[in-house]
Amino acid sequence: MLDRTPFWQLLVSRALMYLREPEVIFWTYGFPLILVVALGLAFNTDSGRQVQEFAVVDGPIADNVVSSLQDDETFKVTVLPRDEAMQRLRRNQILVVMEIDPQSLRVTYHYDPSNPESRPLRMAVNDALQRASGREDSFPARDEHVTAPGSRYVDFLVPGLIGMNIMMGGMWGIGFVIVDMRVRNQMKRLLATPVRRSTFLVATLSSRVMFFLPEAAFLLAAAWLIFGIPINGSVWAIFVMALIGVLSFAGLGLLTASRAKRLESISGLINLIMMPMWIASGIFFSASRFPDFMQPFIQALPLTQLINALRAIMLEGAPLMSQTLPLAVLAAWGGASYLVALKIFRWG
Amino acid sequence: MSAAAVNGPALLCRQLYKRYESGDKAVDAVNGLDLEVRPGECFGLLGPNGAGKTTTVEILEGILEPTSGEVEVLGMRWGQGHDRSIRQQLGITLQDSRLHDRLTVKETIRLYRSFYEDGIEVRKALEQVGLEEKADSWVVKLSGGQQQRLAVATALVGHPKLLFLDEPTTGLDPQARRQLWEVISELKREGSTILLTTHYMDEAEKLCDRVAIIDHGEIIAQGSPHELVSRLGGEHIVIFTLLEEASPDPTRFESVDAVSQVDQEGDSYMLTTSHPHRTIPALLAALQEDGLQLASLTTRHVNLEDVFVSLTGRHLRDA
Repeated sequence: MLDRTPFWQLLVSRALMYLREPEVIFWTYGFPLILVVALGLAFNTDSGRQVQEFAVVDGPIADNVVSSLQDDETFKVTVLPRDEAMQRLRRNQILVVMEIDPQSLRVTYHYDPSNPESRPLRMAVNDALQRASGREDSFPARDEHVTAPGSRYVDFLVPGLIGMNIMMGGMWGIGFVIVDMRVRNQMKRLLATPVRRSTFLVATLSSRVMFFLPEAAFLLAAAWLIFGIPINGSVWAIFVMALIGVLSFAGLGLLTASRAKRLESISGLINLIMMPMWIASGIFFSASRFPDFMQPFIQALPLTQLINALRAIMLEGAPLMSQTLPLAVLAAWGGASYLVALKIFRWG
Repeated sequence: MSAAAVNGPALLCRQLYKRYESGDKAVDAVNGLDLEVRPGECFGLLGPNGAGKTTTVEILEGILEPTSGEVEVLGMRWGQGHDRSIRQQLGITLQDSRLHDRLTVKETIRLYRSFYEDGIEVRKALEQVGLEEKADSWVVKLSGGQQQRLAVATALVGHPKLLFLDEPTTGLDPQARRQLWEVISELKREGSTILLTTHYMDEAEKLCDRVAIIDHGEIIAQGSPHELVSRLGGEHIVIFTLLEEASPDPTRFESVDAVSQVDQEGDSYMLTTSHPHRTIPALLAALQEDGLQLASLTTRHVNLEDVFVSLTGRHLRDA
């Protein structure tokens, strides 16, 4: 009978312990959901900051500017004394300050060029004013806004969060759990029973796979219900890719836990290993934003490749077999981790 | 099962050594230890903390490797391909092991039951350690004594031929200790073979058929508690203190009738005797002769603690 086997009992015990840890449930279900909702709303371009504020320094011609722009709903113009306008600019409360020399009528735009929203605003204002004062466009143009599902920030974010969950699940769900057992002398206790070490390890890894499925399904379903995120690739391709990620990070978790004897040291190690991936692997923004000389290191990180592949499959509908680099990198990390971990693993 | 396992000793070790080396320093945790545990007996390893009890037991359990020496468990040796079949027949509780907080008592026993081919039912194990009412409680909600009884249940559930209990009552309050003693006594009545370590002499006296007193990784005395005690030359100790500042030399009392040994500890004199009814009148006469007056006088039975003190000059607790 299956339910009498050590494998099954180890798996069931692990599942019961997991379900009885409210903190774990929060970090695996609540935390990613909060991130999706909060960041999804904050960066939703449909309802975003379309009305952009700029200020005109108080002067004889300032009112003319206001009246020539008042029909344009995309701008909100405020007339301010020079000092106050500059102060608000420094505080980032307005993006562009326009100053008109009363004698020469020369216009000066003040703005921070490193703020990505300032320059387009300056251009748009300038265009609108030039047109209002009689400039003719040399050819007609119209804008088409692309905010279709699949290209919004939330669509970009969800595969990143699934990757993050896989990383955290492997590191905490395997690494921490094993060291906790070692600290409690449970590892030694198991060693004193007839149960095979391989049975224990396979059950622990299987439990991770078992927990991951509802975690990922929950996050995908929530993102689909709230934001209508698209799944362009095949669900199976996403599943297999994620599974390989789960196994690879479980290996890394096992390696991290292979020697540690104290909960403090495993917590430190886990955070140390996750830190570069938190920052550089592209959970929240594209990894390609980092300078070129860092790219070889960043692209070699397992989370970078996992997230790249999940994004390609989910957003672009790429087939699994096109993801050779991610598959190879994850297999290499996973394989090497298991090999080393089993060599140096401290059972007692 | 080989014939040796049936007729021979349940456990045997010869010239067992375990040396820990770190840098220039080497510590011999186990220093040439010989042991034999017979089927059906409860054998106690009694010694102070750090005497090498746990190291010895973990070598016997096949968890640690000895530096040298021979170990035979149920007629088999570790590392010769029988390890798993030896483990099928052992039940073990470790010192300082904590079971999973958020499994219930029943779930914990069921988990351990699944590791053994043969064994007893979960319900039976619960009954044997008296935890039926706690079956559905989380481990973290149990008292120290209940957790320790649960640990014993995980050792029993594979119906072992040999049971190792490493310091089963350390850190428990007196009532919890007595409850665990009842569990172990019941196991003895059912004919289990038990190796128990402890640093409580009363525990060894109450539970063990035979005891080995261990100090610095060596056995310094071995036998039944009764034998060990009677080796001191008497079964009673007369303890007295004197009034005033008088402190005669202890040798003064060696000639008192029936006294086999004299010890002095602080202000107290202790006379070991097999016949207190002869020793006490003689002592009173001797004191009167010297013009000394008693401040107090009591008698008690000799115990294993006295055996340890007479062998090492130290107490079990502060050794």
